[in-house]
Amino acid sequence: MVPLTHYLLLSGILFVCGVLGFLIKRNIITIFMSIELMLNGVNLSFVAFAAHWHALSGQIFVFFVMVVAAAEAAVGLAIIIAVYRTRETLNVDQVNLLKL
Amino acid sequence: MLHLILFLFFGAICVAGAVNLLAQSHPIDSALSLVVVMVSLAAEYLLLGAEFVAAIQVIVYAGAIMVLFIFTIMLLNAGAEERTKGSRVAIVLGVPGVVTGAVLVAWTLVHRVNSIQTVSIGALPGDPRDIAWLLFHDFLLPFEVTSVLILIAILGAVVLASRPDAVARRHHDHEAAKPLPELVGAGKER
Repeated sequence: MVPLTHYLLLSGILFVCGVLGFLIKRNIITIFMSIELMLNGVNLSFVAFAAHWHALSGQIFVFFVMVVAAAEAAVGLAIIIAVYRTRETLNVDQVNLLKL
Repeated sequence: MLHLILFLFFGAICVAGAVNLLAQSHPIDSALSLVVVMVSLAAEYLLLGAEFVAAIQVIVYAGAIMVLFIFTIMLLNAGAEERTKGSRVAIVLGVPGVVTGAVLVAWTLVHRVNSIQTVSIGALPGDPRDIAWLLFHDFLLPFEVTSVLILIAILGAVVLASRPDAVARRHHDHEAAKPLPELVGAGKER
């Protein structure tokens, strides 16, 4: 038997690692992976609360979060490819214009 | 007791993978440690009795999305990131802020959440039949809307990743090819 707080703490640690990576990383692909890490942390808290309240809706929400993450990954990586094609760099410090 | 040990084991792997993601400078190392995080999270889902979520975590996240990431890293031939002035500013400002936020969240969780209630393996009636009933009955409209979202994402990815000059050339060829049959046909008539 594991208290709910343990799961929420693990979820919080994952989310904080994601935020930290988003802030300190300079590679645009690694920043994108940090966003996926944040989504994973939130998913864990969804499943933990679903088990806690005996409500299956939490798992359905996780399913939708995964769908949105997949769509986001496809579009985001396409944007990264488009940015790389014009700037020829993946460093976000040098990508400071929205214009392609 | 076994449940707690398994939770701590996979939780430790998970946190180690997340910290390794931050520590590595090469994107491919970060991607591989993200795979470790996702697979150990799938084990945590199994411990919570959510078999369906664990399965789609491995298939969708550790399978499809990570393949997309690694494919992009290899396509763009991404090297190790260089430290710049901006990264130093981000570390100096970001790390204390994030640590403050993390302490606040942890304090709230420990002191405000009622932690007497516990969860255990098999406590959730989470077999795929119940999930399918919810998904295709109660959440049918959101499910259909997500299929439209996926379609739009596919179109967006194709449009964004294709070369702009290739699109323009195809359009030009299409425009140029149109009037030709009419000219040929008109010539035959005369």
